[in-house]
Amino acid sequence: MTSSMLFNVVTLTYMVSMLIFFAFLATKNKTIGLTASCAAYFGFIVQTTAIILRWKESYEAGRGHAPLTNLYESVIFFSWTIILIYALIEIKYKYRVVGAFVVPFALLGMAWAQLGLESHIEPLVPALQSNWLLYHVITCFLGYAAFAVACGISIMYLIKDWLEGTSGDAQAGGIIAMFPSIKILDDLNYKAIMIGFPLLTLGIITGAAWANYAWGTYWSWDPKETWSLIVWFIYAAFLHARITRGWVGRRAAILSVVGFAATIFCYLGVNLFLSGLHSYGGGGK
Amino acid sequence: MTTNKRGFIQSVWDFFCSLKLSISLLILLAATSVIGTIIPQSPPREYLETISQAKIKLYSALGFFDMYHSWWFILLLYLLTVNLVACSVKRLPRVWKFISEPTLVFDAGLEKTLSLTHEFKMQGDAASLKEKMAAFLKGEFTAPVVTEVDGEYHLFAQKTPYCRLAVYVVHFSIIIIFIGALLGSFFGYKAYVQIAEGTSTSMVYKRGDEKPLDVGFSVKCEKFSVSFYDTGAPKEFKSILTILENGQPVPGYENRRVVVNSPLTYKGITFYQSSYGPAGDGAVYFLTVRDKKGGEPTKIVARKDEKIPLPGGGSVQVLEATEDVKPFLPQFSGPAIRMSYAPAKGEAQAVVLLRDYPDFDQQRGGDQVFVYTGANEKFYTGLQVAKDPGVWVVWSGCALMVLGIIIAFFFSHKRIWIRTGNGRVTIGGTASKNQPAFQLFFDGLADKLKKM
Ligand code: HEM
Repeated sequence: MTSSMLFNVVTLTYMVSMLIFFAFLATKNKTIGLTASCAAYFGFIVQTTAIILRWKESYEAGRGHAPLTNLYESVIFFSWTIILIYALIEIKYKYRVVGAFVVPFALLGMAWAQLGLESHIEPLVPALQSNWLLYHVITCFLGYAAFAVACGISIMYLIKDWLEGTSGDAQAGGIIAMFPSIKILDDLNYKAIMIGFPLLTLGIITGAAWANYAWGTYWSWDPKETWSLIVWFIYAAFLHARITRGWVGRRAAILSVVGFAATIFCYLGVNLFLSGLHSYGGGGK
Repeated sequence: MTTNKRGFIQSVWDFFCSLKLSISLLILLAATSVIGTIIPQSPPREYLETISQAKIKLYSALGFFDMYHSWWFILLLYLLTVNLVACSVKRLPRVWKFISEPTLVFDAGLEKTLSLTHEFKMQGDAASLKEKMAAFLKGEFTAPVVTEVDGEYHLFAQKTPYCRLAVYVVHFSIIIIFIGALLGSFFGYKAYVQIAEGTSTSMVYKRGDEKPLDVGFSVKCEKFSVSFYDTGAPKEFKSILTILENGQPVPGYENRRVVVNSPLTYKGITFYQSSYGPAGDGAVYFLTVRDKKGGEPTKIVARKDEKIPLPGGGSVQVLEATEDVKPFLPQFSGPAIRMSYAPAKGEAQAVVLLRDYPDFDQQRGGDQVFVYTGANEKFYTGLQVAKDPGVWVVWSGCALMVLGIIIAFFFSHKRIWIRTGNGRVTIGGTASKNQPAFQLFFDGLADKLKKM
């Protein structure tokens, strides 16, 4: 059994979980809902096993590093953290249906990693040989995952808000009757961001500490750094907007979606579209 | 006139105290920061040649080529700071008063503002119920403060009131981080130095500054080495450094290993492994040559591009060398050289020699067989040099910020009031955070009271 085979099982499981979640939305049957989240948790356990297995494989290949060092590994870890944060929120607040809007993010990550990304275990270049890598990557991705969950919740909010607005009555029927109330969605959005914001803050700080330790500058306005700060500004604006009247609800939900779009750009867009120094080689003149 | 003036000052003050300004500034900072990630900062000439003169003029005028230090970006940061300070100056005294002088009397006005209240009928007069409720609160929540007003008793109890100060800790931490950054930019510097193996220097070069800076002690590079993985990717860049004071090694700072992610700090100045390259007059390569038919090999010592005559006529000239041949000849690995070999008779030809495969050259089938035994290549090590006395201020600010955010988000100021009259008990409560969780707790309290 290789980790790659297990990751395929994970992808399939998240796909099945998502489909059952959609069935749950359509039927409102509690058993189906329970099955959907059980499928997601089963996928999570397999994924955890597979990540540990890949870690072991890296030692067997003489590389010996945590599986957090290239795009393939980070996308898989991202999808793992999304399910983790979803589990926390589901267990604490008991809103299962949120899974229908969160599991697709995790599935998207897994499918992309398995179908489109290079999965070789590469040795660590000198710049990455540091424990700060672990602290930095774990805090950043847990933060990103919380924002992904907040984004899923905000999309639910916007759909519900829109449908209730157009149909005119406060309690529209159909699928969205399953959704938690507007007020609860707004609160859940805030709660997910309350988890994400301190984690992102820690992620930026550990990144700065690492940069300072590796090349003596804790902040150099490199595009990746700058984008993480942009994301931080957006969520800081969100937190303050909530204290101001008129910014709760729809505008907060929109800000949360914009925040997650910026998060994804920070994670993927910067590497794809902008030229940065986010690797060794910054030295010299 | 004076009222006008006061009105103006008041409106400036209100402007700087407003949360709308904070939100606008945060969004503006986020939006403008994007510019500097799209337009290269301190761009190289090659980039400037690809855009039009008009664009260059415009971008320079707007400071886009060094955006994060442009006057308008700095202005935004100052506005944020003023906003932060003004907001705190306005609110902190109120919050402090709120904590230190809580509302002890649970009157009708207060009751109306609370969303969680309950009223019960209970046996007993106001004074005996007060005793009972005080014991109840002490057991279930925390000991209350009792106030008597007109024959009724008002009990007030609160938990973690100080968590209301946490947001001010967060805001204060931002100012601390700014102070740390300013300290670093006024009293610190970033520089760069190249030191060839076996040499030492006390001069480093600040960025954008031609004149060298004397750090007051010398750094000697004893040795530099690079190692590679079997894939050809670099594994380690390593300098062995010794710090010298007046030409003498400093105890504890001799032969210190400096690699990426493991710098060396001496007297507040830190040296970071950053780059490397061939030093000065370059490497010396050691070869041997012997006749195909046998006989003793002759040793050759060659520098790059130097023409070395061979015994019996002809010459060799080392053209290039590599630490690892894998990228060129995937089936081999290890150091290699390529040289031009001009035999005594015939055409000059290119010959590749591999240090780790001494028999390699026999396959060529020439009259003379070469072996490459190794090189004594001299490197320089490139070190980033940084002095930043503000960095610990920055880290303190960061620690405060994380602590403050966690307290602000996950701790809640919970307040409970109870009023006892004759045969009647009223309870009310509120929490600063996570109202749903507090409601569960409050309903539990009310249930217990009901059963009393
Ligand atoms: C322009 C600068 C800023 C001003 C004027 C400002 C002002 C405020 C005010 C008035 C509050 C509400 C306090 C209360 O509930 O009594 C607040 C809350 C808060 N601020 Fe700021 N703030 C600024 C920037 C920031 C930044 C950059 C951060 C980033 C960490 C931040 C983090 C927070 C947090 C975490 C809260 C608590 C929010 C909550 O409890 O939901 N603030 N701020």
